[in-house]
Amino acid sequence: MLEITSIKNGIVIDHIESGFGIKIFNYLKLDEEGCSVALIINADSKKYGKKDIIKIENYKNIDYTILALLSPKVTICEVENEVIVKKITPKLPKKVDNIIKCKNPNCITSVENYVPHSFTLVDEENARYKCEYCDVITKLS
Amino acid sequence: MEKETRHLIEPRDFTTEELEELFVLANKIMSNPEEYSHKCEGKILATLFYEPSTRTRLSFEAAMMRLGGKILGFSEPNSTSIAKGESLSDTIKMVSIYSDIIAMRHPKEGAAKVASLYSSVPIINAGDGGHQHPTQTLADLLTIRNLKGGLSNNVIGICGDLKFGRTVHSLIKAMSRYKNNKFILISPKELSIPQYIREEVLEKNNIEYIEVEKIEDVIQELDIIYMTRIQKERFFNEEEYLRLKDSYILDMEKMKSGKDDMIVMHPLPRVNEISCEVDNDRRASYFKQAEYGMYVRMALMIKLLGVM
Repeated sequence: MLEITSIKNGIVIDHIESGFGIKIFNYLKLDEEGCSVALIINADSKKYGKKDIIKIENYKNIDYTILALLSPKVTICEVENEVIVKKITPKLPKKVDNIIKCKNPNCITSVENYVPHSFTLVDEENARYKCEYCDVITKLS
Repeated sequence: MEKETRHLIEPRDFTTEELEELFVLANKIMSNPEEYSHKCEGKILATLFYEPSTRTRLSFEAAMMRLGGKILGFSEPNSTSIAKGESLSDTIKMVSIYSDIIAMRHPKEGAAKVASLYSSVPIINAGDGGHQHPTQTLADLLTIRNLKGGLSNNVIGICGDLKFGRTVHSLIKAMSRYKNNKFILISPKELSIPQYIREEVLEKNNIEYIEVEKIEDVIQELDIIYMTRIQKERFFNEEEYLRLKDSYILDMEKMKSGKDDMIVMHPLPRVNEISCEVDNDRRASYFKQAEYGMYVRMALMIKLLGVM
């Protein structure tokens, strides 16, 4: 098994759905942050079979709800002096702009590209969002 | 402080109390049109129709002219700068300089909502794709209110294409706000109501409903029968079409089984789903419904323009 050393100060984003680690990495633009980052892909998971993990040294300013949107089962551990001081299971944001896109080909957002893709959470349990314009419901994977 | 511009994008933009005020006003205009014939003098309605419509556009234009106002607009976008690729937001910003109120029909769903974000004058959604058609719903509600004595306690049969018909979706949503209504949904299985209407509107609000395939099985129970056009190409195969096509045509034979005080509604235009012979039956209410549509649009424009 691959070993990645623990971080001293920073955050660990765990239980990322396998394959979504790189999406979170890119969304947070971690390659531009200048901090040490470990992106672990396809780690073994008792709960999910496989998962991705991101460890980020000296980094905290993240909107955790956005992470839940990108991969609904994520957990976040805040680490200080090599000790987990806080464990967070982020909730899905009530409103989302310009992160998910409406899949309805007849939605106005499919032709007027300056219009923000805006969604409202309608079903937290099943991660379902409703488009603000056409009302079509999108389920997060 | 400047008053916030109000729009009508979907029927639920107005409370049931506000709707009742509109219906009362529409009836007052109907009984005394002269009193309201100068209410919108000096006002301009822009009718922006990105796809063809005869009935709705003429109804809006007649409504504004009967209020003493003027109209401008287009009935197909090919002869305008839209054909050159102008965005909806730019068109709306310009037209809201030229006019005091805008009625817009657009093929894309949610277009009216987007227009309302960029407009400094009231936007009325005159149909956005298969999504909403709120002024048709206002006409439907006024018809039911006036001819059935209220908007509660009705058994409403809705027949035809329930899957793609925006008027049907809006009507079910709107009527679900009133007490003790029951829906009987009559359509071939392939054209039954979308799942979100079942889950989000009917089941969520504990509204009684059943789904059946034939008018003749249920017509005797109905207080209202709301017919819609059903297109042959919507059927999955020819065999199904032939088996069911006559079940979606309302004729005098079927009308014989209907209650004496049942009303027959249709958003129009009809093709053959209501036989012409039914027009002479006193229960036929679809032309009255179109008339109510114009008066309720007059009331709506008076309210949105604040010229009470």
